[in-house]
Amino acid sequence: MILTVNGADTRCDVAPGARLSAVLRDTLCLTGTKVGCDAGDCGACTVLLDGAQVCACLVPAAQAEGHAIRTVESLAADPLGAALQAAFLHHGAAQCGICTPGMLMAAMALLARDTTPSEAAARAAIGGVLCRCTGYTKIVDAIRDAHRFHNAPPSEEGGVGARLPRLDGVAKIAGLDRFGADEAPPGALWLRPVRSPHAHARFELGDTAALAARGIRLLTARDVPGANSFGIYPDIKDQPVFCDGYVRYRGDCIGALLGPRAAVEAVRFAELPIAWTPLPPVDMAAARLPGAPVLHLFRPDNVLSTGRLACARDAPEEAHVAEGLFETGFVEHAYIEPEAGHAERIGDTISVFACTQAPYMDREEVARVLGIAQDEVRIIPSACGGGFGGKLDVSIQPMIAVAAWITGKPVRAVWTRGESMASSTKRHPARIRARAACAADGRLVRFEFEGDFDTGAYASWGPTVAGRVPVHACGPYRVPHVSAVARAIYTTNPPSGAFRGFGVPQAAIAQEALYDALADRCGMDRLEFRALNALRAGDTTATGQTIAHSAGLPACLDALRPHWAALRAEAAAFNATPGPIRRGTGIACMWYGIGNTGMSNPSTMRITLAPDGTLTFFNGAVDIGQGSTTVLTQIAAEALGLPPAAFTLVLGDTTLTADAGKTSASRQTFVSGRAAQDAAIALRAAILRLTNAGEGARLSLEDGVLRIDGAPVPIPETLEGVGRFDPPTVPLDAEGQGIPYATYGFAAQIASLDVDTQLGTVTLRRIVAAHDVGRAVNPTLVEGQIHGGIAQGIGLALMEEYLPGRTENLHDYLIPTAGDVPPIDIILIEEPEPLGPFGAKGIGEPALVPTAPAILSAIHDATGARLHRVPALPHRVLEAMR
Amino acid sequence: MSTIWLQPKTLPEALAMLAADPALTPFAGGTDLYPAQAARFAWGEALPEAILDLGALPEFWGIAADATQWRIGAGATWAQLRDAALPAEFDVLRAASCQVGGAQIQNRGTIGGNLCNASPAADGVPPLLALDAAVELASLRGTRTLPLGKFLLGNRQTERAPDELLTAVLVPHRAGDLRSGFEKLGARHYLVISIVMVAAMVRMEAGRIAEAAIAVGACSAVAQRLPALEAALRGSRPGEVAVTPGQLDHLAPIDDARATGAYRREAALVLVRRLLARLALPEALVA
Repeated sequence: MILTVNGADTRCDVAPGARLSAVLRDTLCLTGTKVGCDAGDCGACTVLLDGAQVCACLVPAAQAEGHAIRTVESLAADPLGAALQAAFLHHGAAQCGICTPGMLMAAMALLARDTTPSEAAARAAIGGVLCRCTGYTKIVDAIRDAHRFHNAPPSEEGGVGARLPRLDGVAKIAGLDRFGADEAPPGALWLRPVRSPHAHARFELGDTAALAARGIRLLTARDVPGANSFGIYPDIKDQPVFCDGYVRYRGDCIGALLGPRAAVEAVRFAELPIAWTPLPPVDMAAARLPGAPVLHLFRPDNVLSTGRLACARDAPEEAHVAEGLFETGFVEHAYIEPEAGHAERIGDTISVFACTQAPYMDREEVARVLGIAQDEVRIIPSACGGGFGGKLDVSIQPMIAVAAWITGKPVRAVWTRGESMASSTKRHPARIRARAACAADGRLVRFEFEGDFDTGAYASWGPTVAGRVPVHACGPYRVPHVSAVARAIYTTNPPSGAFRGFGVPQAAIAQEALYDALADRCGMDRLEFRALNALRAGDTTATGQTIAHSAGLPACLDALRPHWAALRAEAAAFNATPGPIRRGTGIACMWYGIGNTGMSNPSTMRITLAPDGTLTFFNGAVDIGQGSTTVLTQIAAEALGLPPAAFTLVLGDTTLTADAGKTSASRQTFVSGRAAQDAAIALRAAILRLTNAGEGARLSLEDGVLRIDGAPVPIPETLEGVGRFDPPTVPLDAEGQGIPYATYGFAAQIASLDVDTQLGTVTLRRIVAAHDVGRAVNPTLVEGQIHGGIAQGIGLALMEEYLPGRTENLHDYLIPTAGDVPPIDIILIEEPEPLGPFGAKGIGEPALVPTAPAILSAIHDATGARLHRVPALPHRVLEAMR
Repeated sequence: MSTIWLQPKTLPEALAMLAADPALTPFAGGTDLYPAQAARFAWGEALPEAILDLGALPEFWGIAADATQWRIGAGATWAQLRDAALPAEFDVLRAASCQVGGAQIQNRGTIGGNLCNASPAADGVPPLLALDAAVELASLRGTRTLPLGKFLLGNRQTERAPDELLTAVLVPHRAGDLRSGFEKLGARHYLVISIVMVAAMVRMEAGRIAEAAIAVGACSAVAQRLPALEAALRGSRPGEVAVTPGQLDHLAPIDDARATGAYRREAALVLVRRLLARLALPEALVA
């Protein structure tokens, strides 16, 4: 058939029923069109068909023939398209970039008929495209602003504090960034995992000769050359690559089909020789009963890990008490890019290209399952289409590595949305009992917390959650008596792992609800109650750590106070007229320790200046959309005294860069940023030594010529600056005492919303977010993190709940759309952290933590009803009001 | 991917293909079939073997009126229904069409597919029930017309015989002061499967309700009209007759991931009341 793509007729030898998305990507190599779900749920594959936006995954090639198809690849040559792309770049509308081509095409359909659309029109135009990173705000801004970007895209420059467009942004807006599914070596075999449909079962595999006759090999546990296990903690490698006769969750992998793609995809699992013996599923309650099935022999009580904290200091007398039970469910990361990548054996080494947040940990895991040395493994991170913690664990890496290793052939895999959702880690469901007490004057006296966290079938990051939660449980307040216990419990549910906040968002829901109740009981304003108790610089926390600097919560609350008063007054005026809609205003605070909990987590950065004037930044931090590539370069540029544009970037490849640690725990700006600063300082010192120039000397680097204070200086040999930073911490003892983190992010957010008291529906009106980030290295990117975190917090509060076997797609599992995120006001507080680069600390996770509690606080304010379970679906809100 | 993909160019050709192989799965916009395939593929389940692609049938497209009724081709997309110049009684269908999925789904999904897929939460059903729509079914054996309420039998079940195609939706002409509207309740703004939806059409005469047609979706296997309420409203002034829970007794809402059955029943009552109040307002005429 002949398809007309971007103005050119192209003959394609494809099946009439082939999805247009697959034809564009696989046959025409136009990989700018992304695939996120194959179900019309995410809109990542949006293209224009005769000018109308359609999901290419829902259009059969036969119905596309004879119509004009337009993809992202056509935009740059079109003045309107180029202007839209420039606006996206300028506004920071692309973060990870996986939804960007779909967003651009959806916006093009609108701009073609209205170049200056209203906000409502812009939101409606992109209503069918999901973004998990940006919270949509900057995308809407970019669409409405595109008309200003004709011909002269302004070029920004600058170091720390500048709104520099992201350095990896041009590829993202062009659809040229290489995600895990966007490339594969020629002749790669296709790998398709076979997964358990049962939550808990034994199984036997029979004879696979029939498969072999079709050119397909079924890889099983016996095919793993090294250890058939992986896991985050060196001493808890409890998850098999391929299960050996026993599965612990629906989605557990029992083997993988390997062969030519068409043959592998034609296999029906019912024809596989698998004999299942289902076993009763084990939930958190069942796991702790006497005689419960032991899911892992090394944890006979099914308790994977327990974190504790206890402290008692002088305290005023208790006058008011509040307590409650709070529950949260599984939350899916819902990154728009399902797991994908390829592996290739090269002699006695293996190379793995895949989406990841943690290439150096992937290297350890791959080496282990292959039984080879780490330096024989090369991990090349693909562009990462969203992570949020979900791509900290290995997914496809071990199995494609095993397949490539034992066959000697290149192997690729692309998971379906359903497979991604069934198999990947989730946010831990929590069941929290908490009790808080304060004195008559509102000063906090006591906080008691006991939380059980469903860690699912495998350990993943469960111990991290159990360790981090007790530290944060009482919130960013001065509380003299704290007792907190958090347990991670094995069940036959999906493995719970890392998800933006490591259990702290769940704990914050409990803690902030109780503080609202105490404020009410004292007759105090909820903001003033928090201001009275807020941690300040010089205070000692419940772990015994004295926070000497950069504790900006009081400043956040000061900044919010006028907004709080205005929104409260507005709500009171609105509520003066009776009616079914009641308006409420809520507030919540948070703190978040940056980096690992009481554990080493170093980063090393390296910058070189070659004799030919090439300035190279070797940066092993993976940018998953949050912007570390840009931010770290801005820091290095500022410290070196040269502009960001002077740098050539070598990014995140385990053979070319040093270990920067994982992209998690909001640590890259703080930890790798400081390493980058130190590397730049060291290189600057080496440069200045060339002429014994003074500290304040002015550097320039143009056309390969280095100048110091304007005078050309030859570079005799490659100069190098290396920086290594490991935040100073002291491990926690059995009572949870120590210095778990070198610094903390602080924030407070206000939510204003309307509740329909007859339907239980919640309509957000505004979020005001004040965040102490130490120093905003790139305010545009910081705002982008806050917008995106708030959007995920909205999802946690109002709509997201993963139910294994029931919500394994993006139409039953709901994440916020462009119509669900209200206007957001951001106030950046900069209380510098002396250890951080130019005072900066992290923002990734802090952005999300206070949103859900603030929303629940506002629902309570509007209705008097306190939700004890999220998400606050309409029927739950109505129940809570009764 | 399906192994057989037939693309008839005319309706008679399509009907002949279907008569020869009634196991063929009819395919229009693909907005239900492809997602169902994706879900099955993820778990290694069998996919439809053979597809009858209706995309090239000229008989399927277009919205036209003759002397007695409107004829909406089964291939009319939500976008076409949204944008077509149709009289006021179609406001209910227009409002539903604006709220199906996002713009991409509206550009591809068809009304015929929505009816044949027969989801309890199909957004097209309550408006068409309120409009007393019928469906036209064609086969080599002939053409028959069925009221929509008779066509829909249950969750994913219809009266369509394996050799039949749904070719058009027929809506009788109406005259007078007609007002219609739609209320959809979901847990997010765009791209959301309805928890409850309510469609209503009323004809006013001299300040009284001469005729009312009200249907509730996602509260039973097939969306239901509310005959007791409709009868009570007939001849009344707006607001004069209270909507009572008893008038919704025949609904059978279920508990699922989106809401409880009890909530659905309660929300349906609220939405019916609100929609009727809204239609009684003069500005509803301008919508």
